[in-house]
Amino acid sequence: MTIPNTSPSVELGDTTRAELERAGVIVSKVDFLYNWARGGSVWPLTFGLACCAIEMIASATSRFDISRFGSEVFRPSPRQADLMIVSGTVTKKMAPQVVRIYNQMPEPKWVIAMGACAISGGPFKQGYNVLKGIDRYIPVDVYLPGCPPRPEAVLQSLNYLQVKIRSQDIKSDPAFTEGRRQYPVPKFTGTDLEPPYNPDVWQPPVNPNAPAEEEPQEEAPA
Amino acid sequence: MSEPVNHKPVLQRFPEVEWNEAFGTLIVPVAKSSEVATWLRDDESFRLDYCSNVTGIDYLDREFKEKVKNEEGKTETIVHKDPARMEVVYHLYSMEKRTGPLVMKQRLGREKPEAQSLTAVWRSCELQEREIFDLYGIHFIGHPDQRRILMWDEFEGHPMRKDYVEPFDYEWEPTPHDEILEKHQKGKVIF
Repeated sequence: MTIPNTSPSVELGDTTRAELERAGVIVSKVDFLYNWARGGSVWPLTFGLACCAIEMIASATSRFDISRFGSEVFRPSPRQADLMIVSGTVTKKMAPQVVRIYNQMPEPKWVIAMGACAISGGPFKQGYNVLKGIDRYIPVDVYLPGCPPRPEAVLQSLNYLQVKIRSQDIKSDPAFTEGRRQYPVPKFTGTDLEPPYNPDVWQPPVNPNAPAEEEPQEEAPA
Repeated sequence: MSEPVNHKPVLQRFPEVEWNEAFGTLIVPVAKSSEVATWLRDDESFRLDYCSNVTGIDYLDREFKEKVKNEEGKTETIVHKDPARMEVVYHLYSMEKRTGPLVMKQRLGREKPEAQSLTAVWRSCELQEREIFDLYGIHFIGHPDQRRILMWDEFEGHPMRKDYVEPFDYEWEPTPHDEILEKHQKGKVIF
């Protein structure tokens, strides 16, 4: 087995490394081992919101078999899960619960926004009761487009997530330095959620062509 | 397959009940609806023991024109006025006799709409009547647990009403179209 050189800071030439490997010594970083282990045992949360959940379930069946990629055990409790697959339409009524479940997950934790609705609200974007993307309240690691995405796409998004996990630096990554990340749970009001988005996580896009004095107008939610 | 229900005995038993031929529905006065429903469920010839669907309808004031040929053979345009109203529609089947559906309506005014709850007659109405209360704002007299069911409790307004105005929550988008484009112009955003 050849361990890829993921530690450029270690002053070891390739020949030395190869010689050491021949002698049965593997030189690597703790980061690599931790991330390799974590990437190979991503435990998703059993948690479905809409039709995307059916595809997520299909990706766990024997035909597609998400466990081939080390994500075998869907956990029923957020306290045992690493990965939240937000699979489907997040209604405004459901959004506080999604944030609360995210808050309950231990670190390190990752989020996949699955499907058009979870990414942006999708076909329901301008409706009165659908959240315009879960990334307004919690940080999303992988966006998985589709309506709904096929199970193969779920597997690919898991692969992308594993690439991301492998590049994590345990000394600087917020998952390891900030403790358990928790975000404020939005409250219900007469028309919308309060706040409509978490400014620490997400900001509305700004019109680059707008005159300077009209900018505050478009940002003020009515 | 279920066979259609003969509605005529209802009209004989309850002269207040109307039959709308165009829609094929019984229109029952609100005050009588509970009595009529119980009778439809229990009567030997009907036995409508299953309410499959309850829904609401909202009509605003409207006028529609009809062209009619008069005695001289000329076409005349008659303007019909249809007053604003709300309706609650029940689709009834009989599991016992394998007949149905029979469609029954309660017709209500649009100001302060109040209907009779038929949950006591058909238990399956409970959640659907809650949904109608939530989305149309129709109050069901005698409902055991009338709360919002889809929207949150603090929500204001009834979104399925024709005159519901959704909150203005526009945010700039690089490629606006349709409704978003309209909101664009309402928000006086230059793009």
